[in-house]
Amino acid sequence: MIKGNFTIRKSDIINRRMFIIGTAKLIIFGGLIARLFSLQINENKRYLTLSDKNRIREWKLPPTRGNITDYFGNIIAGNLKVYQLHIIPEQVENFNYLLSRLKVILNLSIKRIEKIKKERKQLKPWESLIVSENLTWDQFSKINNYLYELAGVKPVMTISRDYPFSDIYTHVLGYVSQPNEDDILSNEIIQEKFVPGIKVGKLGLEKTLENDLIGVNDIQRYEVNAYGKRINQLEYQKGKQGSKIRITLDTEVQKLSAKLLEGKAGSISVMDIYTGEVIAMYSSPSYNPNSFLFGISKDEWQLIRNNPLKPLINKTLSGLYSPGSTIKPIVALSALENGIIDSKFKVQCKGKMELHGQTFHCWKEKGHGYVSLNNAMKQSCDTYFYEVARILGVDRLKVTADKFGLGKKVLGEYFENEKAGQFPDTKWKINKLGKGWVLGETLITGIGQGYTQTTPIQLCLMTAQIANGGYKIQPKILTDDNQLTSEQVKKAMQDSKSNDFYEPLYDDQKNIRIVQEAMFSSTNELMGTSYRSRIDDPKYQFAGKTGTAQVKRISKRERELDLKTFQIPYEERDHALYVAYGPYRKPRYALSIIVEHGGSGSAAAAPMATELFKLIVDRHQYRKKLADFKEFSI
Amino acid sequence: MYHYRRLNSDQSFFQKIKNLDYILLICILALSTLSFFIMYSTDGGEFLYHSKSHLIKLVTFFILMIVISFFNIKFWHLCSYFLYGAIILLLVWVSIYGLKVSGSQRWIDLYFLVLQPSELMKIGIILCLAKYYHRVSIEKVNSFLSISIALSMILIPIFFVLSQPDLGTSILIVTSGLIVLWLGGVKIKYFFISFITFLISLPFIITSLEPYQKLRILTFLNPDRDPLGAGYQIIQSKIAIGSGGFSGKGFLQGTQSYLDFLPEKHTDFIFTLFSEEFGFVGSVGLLLLYTIIILRIIQIGSISRSNFARLFCFGFAFAIFIYITVNLSMVLGLLPIVGSPLPIMSYGGSSMLATMIGFGIVMSAKVHNQQTIA
Repeated sequence: MIKGNFTIRKSDIINRRMFIIGTAKLIIFGGLIARLFSLQINENKRYLTLSDKNRIREWKLPPTRGNITDYFGNIIAGNLKVYQLHIIPEQVENFNYLLSRLKVILNLSIKRIEKIKKERKQLKPWESLIVSENLTWDQFSKINNYLYELAGVKPVMTISRDYPFSDIYTHVLGYVSQPNEDDILSNEIIQEKFVPGIKVGKLGLEKTLENDLIGVNDIQRYEVNAYGKRINQLEYQKGKQGSKIRITLDTEVQKLSAKLLEGKAGSISVMDIYTGEVIAMYSSPSYNPNSFLFGISKDEWQLIRNNPLKPLINKTLSGLYSPGSTIKPIVALSALENGIIDSKFKVQCKGKMELHGQTFHCWKEKGHGYVSLNNAMKQSCDTYFYEVARILGVDRLKVTADKFGLGKKVLGEYFENEKAGQFPDTKWKINKLGKGWVLGETLITGIGQGYTQTTPIQLCLMTAQIANGGYKIQPKILTDDNQLTSEQVKKAMQDSKSNDFYEPLYDDQKNIRIVQEAMFSSTNELMGTSYRSRIDDPKYQFAGKTGTAQVKRISKRERELDLKTFQIPYEERDHALYVAYGPYRKPRYALSIIVEHGGSGSAAAAPMATELFKLIVDRHQYRKKLADFKEFSI
Repeated sequence: MYHYRRLNSDQSFFQKIKNLDYILLICILALSTLSFFIMYSTDGGEFLYHSKSHLIKLVTFFILMIVISFFNIKFWHLCSYFLYGAIILLLVWVSIYGLKVSGSQRWIDLYFLVLQPSELMKIGIILCLAKYYHRVSIEKVNSFLSISIALSMILIPIFFVLSQPDLGTSILIVTSGLIVLWLGGVKIKYFFISFITFLISLPFIITSLEPYQKLRILTFLNPDRDPLGAGYQIIQSKIAIGSGGFSGKGFLQGTQSYLDFLPEKHTDFIFTLFSEEFGFVGSVGLLLLYTIIILRIIQIGSISRSNFARLFCFGFAFAIFIYITVNLSMVLGLLPIVGSPLPIMSYGGSSMLATMIGFGIVMSAKVHNQQTIA
């Protein structure tokens, strides 16, 4: 009985305590539900975002670069479909066997195989490994034939840069290649759009206009697992091709320039004298920009780099040359402007001139006799210009040279490697060399030797500004929709009293006429240095000035020997120069030609102008039509 | 004579079937079915290794539960100490010959099942203490001797489990044991005193913890401390649960688990997957199911005539509650990760075996609820 009592009391205790615990349980479960509520209902949005961030990953693909066209809309830098070969390592059963099969099918080198093996180790097994970036169609179809036995191999079609005119435009456009660290660090836009496989401009317009050309990446959105492996594609967002860029160059003229300079080192530049549009700009020799797209081979690179004619240098913009006699129109103009001479002023040329015990030779040993400005320019008499320069002085000469753009960059904003060159004066020498100016230096400056250094494009601009009647123009290489046509610019220049948009570079326009006439004589009159290269048809007739720039001082012995060009070692031969504009009656275009170590300007450079003017003048109607059409459409 | 008759029960086989608790049975079946589908989901919606193995265990242990329930509760009372002793022997065996996986030595390979005796001890301790307090008279409950005996019953297995080392299971065993002490009538003030003593000695306990356990506690306090390392599990778990929202992402649609962001999704983090796919509604539903099971067990305890059955049922109900609370708090980021499975839902044979044995004994208490034990 007593025991039974205890039993009841004990079960009471158990029940009572269980009740307390039960209550605690309910409270705790309530707490858990509250926690669930806060996570799943209150903070649901936040965690959903986090979950999506976990599972969704974006893949950027290389953007498609914008096309570059010439003036007539021909694509000179476009995009091409290329066939590539990728391997997905995780799908490969036996990697070494696969490589040995590919080696046979694609003719891969052992070095390449080693490189592929190395690359494979750096990739995740599901990331594609690029075996070949550019398969020929033959290789591509061969691979497709064998595909059934090559598990894990993926032939891929993608887009790559293409330069259809090969080396014609290399120095203008530059080329694209894989970006290096500097490219990425120095350009935020490349940084933002960077993906493996992207190509960026390395040189020329491709580099300067990178931000316009680069385009917008395609984006793929994938669901990924915790290890980053793609599970399925959720979205494909199409990117945008980069902007189209139209430049002012004419492929036909560019092609002819390349043909004329074939096998030679030199440069040809052609410019519209009113709009400043560059029509041609070719530096010879050139190289094929397509070689750089998928990494240039070592041999090919060595070949380009070691070529003595220096294909890597853009001679039009970075080649510095003494202008030689092509400076004479500027010397004459400066003297006329400063009232030192007039068109009747004469100097007696005895073949040489003595100054302070130093002898300055004219190119014609026997001398030209009494020469006026017109004759001196025609026959390129050095003595006449020694004398004129002596009276004028270098400082006054520099003022005129500066006005016409010598010693200044012409297209600097588009080409990083353009050089300014220099036109010396007394102050320059003191500052730069710490020595006083010597009068003898004035004399040789007067015939374009000595310290003067100019680029071919500067000489072209100089000639253009003489040709258009002495007005400053702004050289252009990109077309501009709001640009005036040549006709409109011409009208505006003739009307320049009412608007000062076109700045005259002369005090008296008569002086420009005198210089123009002298240049005409030089090409079209008997005894003129480029008489043999003249065209009599007024449609093509042009005026010009030859130049022969010495590379080294001619010793007395050499002068006596009077060697022919081919008898002198290549390195020591003179540079041949020619500047010209035409057609003479209604000038439109100016050009400059430089043939390095070509010998005399009249023999090596001037004949090229003949062929060029024939083409340029013929092309003019097409160019005009396009410009008029544009004008019409506005 | 008496003993003989009682042990063999006075009920026929069909009467026993009739006396089974069908509410509890249906709840357990529902939970089992649910757990199978969730396991199916962790296998990526295919009937693969985990789901297959889980299904086999579910069926086997469910049958075992029914068999256990046919044995008289008196039999279990009789076997209690024996079972406790057997599990202790298994723990000793484990500490010598056990399987070692990633630094812990907790398992015995029985070929058809990798047994973790510490899981069985969760039930063993309740059985043992229930029997002990069934016998101790009310006056002696608070005597030094009886408390010492009860405590040593808890501490002996704890010694082995802690040395495995397995903090999570140790805590669960201690808690289950202490609750039986409490139910048995040990004075509240003793609990208070030991609780305060525990708090004071906490710093010393922490210094003696294994480095990885300390790391877990630190990580718990600030999971963003090392988001890719130790905090990763908690963060990913919270993301999965949180992104489930009100109604969940749908069955087989849990992106966090499918894309392998969830660690241990089969075992300790099974609730995370469930909650991601079924949302707040599903989670509360699951809690409700568990609550019904717990309440039903308590009810069975309270209609039992013997204190042994009563103590066992109450203790077991509380134990299940503790397992759920610890597991859920862990995946919800309320407690450090200590490694405790969710009963029935989690993949893992030993835990399920222990739980099913527990259910079996409860069921036996129900079937034989008029049974008195001397």
